[in-house]
Amino acid sequence: MKKAGAPFVFIGCIELLEDVGLRAQSERELIERLEEVPAGSIFYHTYGYFLRHRYFVGPYANDFATWAVVHLRDQMLGERLAVVDPFEFDTLEQLREELISVIDDHLSHLSAVPRADYGEPFYFVQSHVVEVPTGHEAWGLEEFRGCLADVDASAIYYHLVEARARLGRRSGDFAAWLRESLSRPDLAEHVERIDLYLSSLERVRARVLNLLVEAIEQAEEAYQEPT
Amino acid sequence: MIKIEDYRDVAPQGTVDLLLKLAEKVRGRRFLHVSMTRYGGGVAEILQRLVPIMVDLGIEAGWEIIGGDAEFFSVTKAIHAALEGEDQIITDEMLQHYLEMNRLTALKLNLDADLVLVHDSPPASLVEHRPPEGTWVWRCHVDLSSPHRRIWNFFRRYVTRYDAAVFSLPKFSQKLGIPKFIIHPSIDPLSDKNRDLSRREVQTLLASLGVPQDKPLLLQVGPFDRYRDPIGIINAYRMVKKHHDVRLVLVGGGSAAGSENTDVHEVVRDTATHDPDIVLLDLPPDAHLQINALQRAATVVLQKSARDGFAIGIAEAMWKGKPVIGWASGGIPAQIIYDVTGYTVTSVEGAAFRLRHLLNNPELVARIGGAGREHVRRNFLITRHLSDYLALLVHLTGRST
Repeated sequence: MKKAGAPFVFIGCIELLEDVGLRAQSERELIERLEEVPAGSIFYHTYGYFLRHRYFVGPYANDFATWAVVHLRDQMLGERLAVVDPFEFDTLEQLREELISVIDDHLSHLSAVPRADYGEPFYFVQSHVVEVPTGHEAWGLEEFRGCLADVDASAIYYHLVEARARLGRRSGDFAAWLRESLSRPDLAEHVERIDLYLSSLERVRARVLNLLVEAIEQAEEAYQEPT
Repeated sequence: MIKIEDYRDVAPQGTVDLLLKLAEKVRGRRFLHVSMTRYGGGVAEILQRLVPIMVDLGIEAGWEIIGGDAEFFSVTKAIHAALEGEDQIITDEMLQHYLEMNRLTALKLNLDADLVLVHDSPPASLVEHRPPEGTWVWRCHVDLSSPHRRIWNFFRRYVTRYDAAVFSLPKFSQKLGIPKFIIHPSIDPLSDKNRDLSRREVQTLLASLGVPQDKPLLLQVGPFDRYRDPIGIINAYRMVKKHHDVRLVLVGGGSAAGSENTDVHEVVRDTATHDPDIVLLDLPPDAHLQINALQRAATVVLQKSARDGFAIGIAEAMWKGKPVIGWASGGIPAQIIYDVTGYTVTSVEGAAFRLRHLLNNPELVARIGGAGREHVRRNFLITRHLSDYLALLVHLTGRST
């Protein structure tokens, strides 16, 4: 089995939450606050969902959509926000613009602004990610598969979500390593194409593991063929 | 001696390894907790477990207790209630006494540490006497959203001298000019209150409490006061009782002060004497195993809490695989994922409806109970609490080794 030029070092993470000190009581206030909150808060309420809900997801996969449905009783806005897939945006600013645009458009069709009179305000939070080396590192596919099966789910979040959304590594760390260090662009492409949205870290782990198992089996078969 | 390795089988996969690695980053740093008391109450309960685990992880963790006379303890009790929004009579002389006692305490304690976490209001003014080195953080465990204005104005002066504050939820906080972090409380899965019990242990403990197990049990744990509204719970039970032969167990924790609460207690006691299927238990604060057994024996756990801070009892019940019906207030909505781990309701009728819904669908009880236990495993165990505190240590003390 081929050895990589450089090992893949698995990094886990802990998310430390900070109250931004801003809240919204209505859809109009939600727009106003979305314009001013730090990008880290946009990140937390959209991508951050995956770290908090590793196994099962609630009705909507971002906090804005859930708030609109549960506390504003505005199912239409909830649905429109829910389909905003954060992984389709290159930057958090683009994602911020899209969210504002969706709410603005929704409000333009309403005669009264929905308020959380019977629910709770939306509290804006941002997260600080503390990186934690897991001690796992892999030089080849088999080793990579073993490590991936063992590591804390936060490592999957770090390498697939944090790396893409906040650290500017758009391919995600798994695909980048497979492509650059292991010269497996085919496998990298499959990993890169995994749809993270509306999934969970454990499901993503399972899907990457399946791809790795297939690739390992194919490599073993190819190795045996000449004899 | 509690060890981190003891948690490997109960915490989520990879958690203990991650904690060991995180601890390596902060090994040798001193993390000091300061609180009012070493026994009694939720803060002491969790620190009794957290501090030894931190030490086991190689962190120089300490826990100091403040001292004071009887008047100091009575003033701190009044301040605590005022910060939660209750009207209290607190004179300037009382506040001066509070400051003076903490000044004397500061002379006695070694407050040198990389991170000093000061829990709740009693020791908060120690910050006046902080040494030049070290980061100081105020850990507020109460719901500070609507405090008594005069007392909060007095208190705010001290809180803003900290480097940061920690609240259990954003909605419990106040505007401050310092960073405010959010850390949820937690439960210890290995403590007497939450550890696994065999069927025989549960049976023995329930028998000792005089609670038969011949019909489904509905349970609420909490003082018999107007905030926990045991009368409302009894009314919900009565709506259900017409359709299901169930038993209601109300567990109070000592007597709540105040004439209104005395009235509540009397009505509850009077009602219970006329219905053999309502069981009232007045248990001491250290009846952890008994509470554990009752939660494990329950079919559904109810939690009405008009004002109870985070209400971590919800997580305790979910950890035992029980569906929980909680009122949508305080920290309850943050713990219950609607229709996944339980139900939040806003009325007695809503509670009765969900009780019947669950009792008529036993497979739902099993599904919701299982999801609740997993939800707690991921989000409300002491191991998550520990990782949050270590992350705070890394984040605020900067350097990592």
